[in-house]
Amino acid sequence: MADALEVALRCVAVLAAFLLLPLLVGQTEHKAMAHMQSRVGPMYAGRFHGWAQLVADGVKFAQKEDVAPAAADRTVFAIAPGVALVPYLVAMVAIPLGPGLVGQDLDIGLFFVLAIMSVGVLGTLMGGWASANKYSLLGGMRVAVQLMSYELPFVLAASSVAMAAGTLSLPGIVEAWEPWWLLWQAPGMVVFFVAGLAELQRPPFDMPVADSELVFGPYTEYGGIRFAMFLLAEYAGIVVLSALTAVLFLGGWHGPSADDLGWLWTLVKTGAVAFIVIWVRVAFPRLREDQLNTLAWKVLVPVVLLQLALTTVVAVKIA
Amino acid sequence: MTGFGRGLLHGLRVTARNLLRRSVTAQYPDAKPELPPRSRGVIALQEENCTVCMLCARECPAWCIYIDSHKEVTPQQVEGARERSHNVLDRFAIDFSLCMYCSICIEACPFDALHWTPEFEYGEYDILDLTHERDRLRDWMWTVPPPPAIDPGGEEPKEIAAARKAVERDATKRSTATEEES
Repeated sequence: MADALEVALRCVAVLAAFLLLPLLVGQTEHKAMAHMQSRVGPMYAGRFHGWAQLVADGVKFAQKEDVAPAAADRTVFAIAPGVALVPYLVAMVAIPLGPGLVGQDLDIGLFFVLAIMSVGVLGTLMGGWASANKYSLLGGMRVAVQLMSYELPFVLAASSVAMAAGTLSLPGIVEAWEPWWLLWQAPGMVVFFVAGLAELQRPPFDMPVADSELVFGPYTEYGGIRFAMFLLAEYAGIVVLSALTAVLFLGGWHGPSADDLGWLWTLVKTGAVAFIVIWVRVAFPRLREDQLNTLAWKVLVPVVLLQLALTTVVAVKIA
Repeated sequence: MTGFGRGLLHGLRVTARNLLRRSVTAQYPDAKPELPPRSRGVIALQEENCTVCMLCARECPAWCIYIDSHKEVTPQQVEGARERSHNVLDRFAIDFSLCMYCSICIEACPFDALHWTPEFEYGEYDILDLTHERDRLRDWMWTVPPPPAIDPGGEEPKEIAAARKAVERDATKRSTATEEES
């Protein structure tokens, strides 16, 4: 009985984080992006600086009619947003917040999270294929290409840390982390972050959704609550990527008075990385499709291979 | 600083600077804009000044000023004097759906019957309601701001210049007269 209760409690906590953190990131993006562009962003919803804008958006999305194109593959079309969204919820289960503060401490946590994150991209691909729309299909194909290109550096960068720590468990990696890893794993961190951005199709790597040329790519035919789920998936993805970067490369709960405030440190680091995700979106123009793949294959993969070699040498030396 | 990544850093710097700076957005419906006194918002009519000379209606490039009038004759006041006739305004309307805010009517008016006011919130749901009749045009007069002070060093107003010239001319005439006397 107590076990069941604990499991339920953990699930509710993870669900709460899953529902709250992406909205927080979304609201920050609204406001920070606005100010970076010398605007003020939402000001009316909730009366104080538009804090309830996303709540209002959610209500609006929920009220809209659920439309599917006549030629669409209806089943696939309908479940695609779920396929995009749920993996990030599942991924959050394995990400530790503090010592012992984790949904489920998996021995192969890192492997699990990386595998699950790639499933999310499949949702977008499904949406692109099932929409029976040429722009959606083009966008979907670009998603596939991007997944192919960036999955490799993404996984290799993560495996570099796993090698350094000697474990695939996420809490284990944080336990093993030491401040000088910041320097040692710096190239891996950059590659991990950039490849993660590309995997989320976030600007400047948003060629698949490119609203100005592909009219939002795979999401073209979506509206209402299903579109909202895709959007939520994007922001949940940012949270998961930021949390992973914080846990793998920035030392998770390590910091002054880590015993009491460990969870806060993880959240602060996650928030900082999420802010960089937003900042990068505002500051950089979109990469062309060929530049996108050039970056992956000619820059990120060689860099991460060098990082792997470095990690191996140092790890063996230490051992 | 040259070389690879310079543009990327520059982009980050610009956005960060904007983020830290206060935005200049005016919260319009909540805070009214402070418009300069000569803003061309809407045209007001001081109908007491209007002599129905029709100059404004004729100069208007958009033909958006409608004026109707009739002549009234004042019977002779003094024995043997002529009867005096004068124009009475029946209708004065400006169609702001046609008006292009060129200000020619206001320049053309010799009697200062037309004025700009900075009020601009007179949108309507029906285009016909954009034709402001004389009572509405008269009401806009209450919103006409006093004319701004002349810029220091600016050209002096014509009236003052003319008066000053007249005074100077008188003075020189008087001084020459005294010289001739002595």
